Amino acid sequence: MSRLNETNTKSAREIIAKYPRPKSALIPLLHLSQEQNGYITREAMQHLGELVGVTSAEVYGTATFYEMFKFEPIGKYLINICRTMSCALMGANELMHHAEKKLGVNAGGTTPDGMFTLAHAECQAACTEAPTLQVNYRYRLRVTPTDLDNLIDNLRDGKLKDEFPPHGVLSKVRQIIPADRAVGAKDPEDVNESPAWLDGKAAL
Amino acid sequence: MVRRQGRTVSKTYVHAPGFVAGDRPKIVTSRFEFADSYTLERYLATDGYKGLRAALSRPANEVHEDVKSATVLGRGGAGFPAGVKWGLTPQQVWPRYLVVNGDESEPGTYKDRLLMECDPHQLIEGCLIACYAAGLSQCFLYIRGEMAVAQERVAAALNEAYAAGYIGKNILGSKFSVDIILHWGAGAYVVGEETALIESLEGNRGMPRLKPPFFPAANGLYGQPTIVNNVETLANLPWLLNHGVAAYTAIGTKTSPGTRMIAVSGHVKRPGVYEIINGTTTFRDLIYGQEFCGGIRNGNALKAFVPGGGSAPWFTPDQLDLPFEASQVGPAGSMLGSGAVMVMDETTDIPAAALTLTHFYAHESCGKCTPCREGGTWLERILRRVVDGDGTDADLQQLLEVGAMICPGAFPHAANEKLGLQAVAFPYKMTTICFVGPSAFAPVHSALTLFRSEFEARVKKRVTIPVTAVGVSV
Repeated sequence: MSRLNETNTKSAREIIAKYPRPKSALIPLLHLSQEQNGYITREAMQHLGELVGVTSAEVYGTATFYEMFKFEPIGKYLINICRTMSCALMGANELMHHAEKKLGVNAGGTTPDGMFTLAHAECQAACTEAPTLQVNYRYRLRVTPTDLDNLIDNLRDGKLKDEFPPHGVLSKVRQIIPADRAVGAKDPEDVNESPAWLDGKAAL
Repeated sequence: MVRRQGRTVSKTYVHAPGFVAGDRPKIVTSRFEFADSYTLERYLATDGYKGLRAALSRPANEVHEDVKSATVLGRGGAGFPAGVKWGLTPQQVWPRYLVVNGDESEPGTYKDRLLMECDPHQLIEGCLIACYAAGLSQCFLYIRGEMAVAQERVAAALNEAYAAGYIGKNILGSKFSVDIILHWGAGAYVVGEETALIESLEGNRGMPRLKPPFFPAANGLYGQPTIVNNVETLANLPWLLNHGVAAYTAIGTKTSPGTRMIAVSGHVKRPGVYEIINGTTTFRDLIYGQEFCGGIRNGNALKAFVPGGGSAPWFTPDQLDLPFEASQVGPAGSMLGSGAVMVMDETTDIPAAALTLTHFYAHESCGKCTPCREGGTWLERILRRVVDGDGTDADLQQLLEVGAMICPGAFPHAANEKLGLQAVAFPYKMTTICFVGPSAFAPVHSALTLFRSEFEARVKKRVTIPVTAVGVSV
């Protein structure tokens, strides 16, 4: 029962149509599937394979390359603490030790209530605001141990539901191309002449 | 801008955390001061889509010529001029694609994320200008997976721009039509390499392709000519087209015109992302200047700094007066890379700092090339042993030997007066397809070359036991 549901299958078909070749949609579809189920299941990979026309082994091959796809259930909130240089220089290790104590799990572990998964992360692109962490890929900057305690308490009490959607939900805004504005995918099989605007004259 | 006692004081904004504004020419960060900088309304009120209009009212080849003569350097790492790159596509092969590299993940770097979060329309306008000028039929905007807010802001901006007629069929009523497709990654550093990005966009494991012979401009996405440009590079185009080549090249130097966004992190008083004037600003200005970082925290002494993202060989205070100019930084033994300076003060444990970077690259190796897959892991393990105090003096030699398997020959490093070292110029030779492997070695080599005594203080002397001494009769 973890194939894409009807609504998501419809969105999947729309996503596939944007690309010249269906397999290009695989990563967006894996995200869609992870959003629906919280992680990537075997059945989901089979379904995605059917949708884009590759074997489920190929889907598995692609999915396992990328850090963000999980293959078993994890906590509702994934807390990634950055440990690369800039954060390490500003106390990321100490922050991780504090988090491990606070949550009672080691890095990589999930709390028994299924609320939190704690993990080390590599550079999160917020280096000047070190040490940083992400909860479900949304930032908290210049995090002190007290900030971390408050964050975890508030998440547990459900106070930050709007800021941090559950793990799997990535962007809350989707790109929608209106049918009357869409140019359509440019497949090398169909297109073999130069674009109309390259006629040596101004377009406007 | 606040002026106190005739001195410029930098300004920060709650809605753009990390960014520090200054009293300098702004090209890409001009809208960051507005809390609603990411909306179409604000964009249109601040010269938005004027550059596109200016471009479309001229033939495409003239626009391409402008970008070429303005020498808009690539801001992703290699610093290759965008206009020249666009011209490398083979004649009469269609369709051609634009792939926007928003997979920013080089340690220390973040500017593309800010540009996507704070001014997505500027990026979109840049993409449109590039597609028009270089005859690119479809654009794929690839954003790093871990940047949820950037994805939301860009998605919302694309939706607004489509509805307002700036993207899609017959843009602004002209014969120019192009779709921009938003695509997210899913967490893999190596995908920032342009051929790996294309593999990822084709739905595969993000492993780099062998080049030469085929660079993406000749043979990229689906085997078609493909231009891969960095977010900041494209974000420069609207301003360039709106204000003209002369205004653009009037800022900075002839070989490095315009501005650059630089993230300065680590042990400085005011870490932040600054838009600096290219080519003339020096590392000393940036680290010690009052309008920039204002010096080292607690008045400490500077020990070393990484000048261009985690992959770059390190500099020491001897190199502070170098400007942000590739033709000077290269011969001095490093690179400008992706615009990230990481500063280490006198309290820094150098071997441990090097380990954080080597760990990063070993972890992010895609596994395609053996020297990187095995060598990176070896480097990390040996270095960790040394940092943990379990290493011997033989380990230090071993680190250099493993590194030589990834980068044969002399590895670039800075000059050092105290140690009597002459600079070895960038770049290096490499046995891998992409730069992940050499990058794992760069911090190890820099740290060992410039701060060897710190390693020696940590390792034990290896005791050599003669075979006859352990009871083996010969």
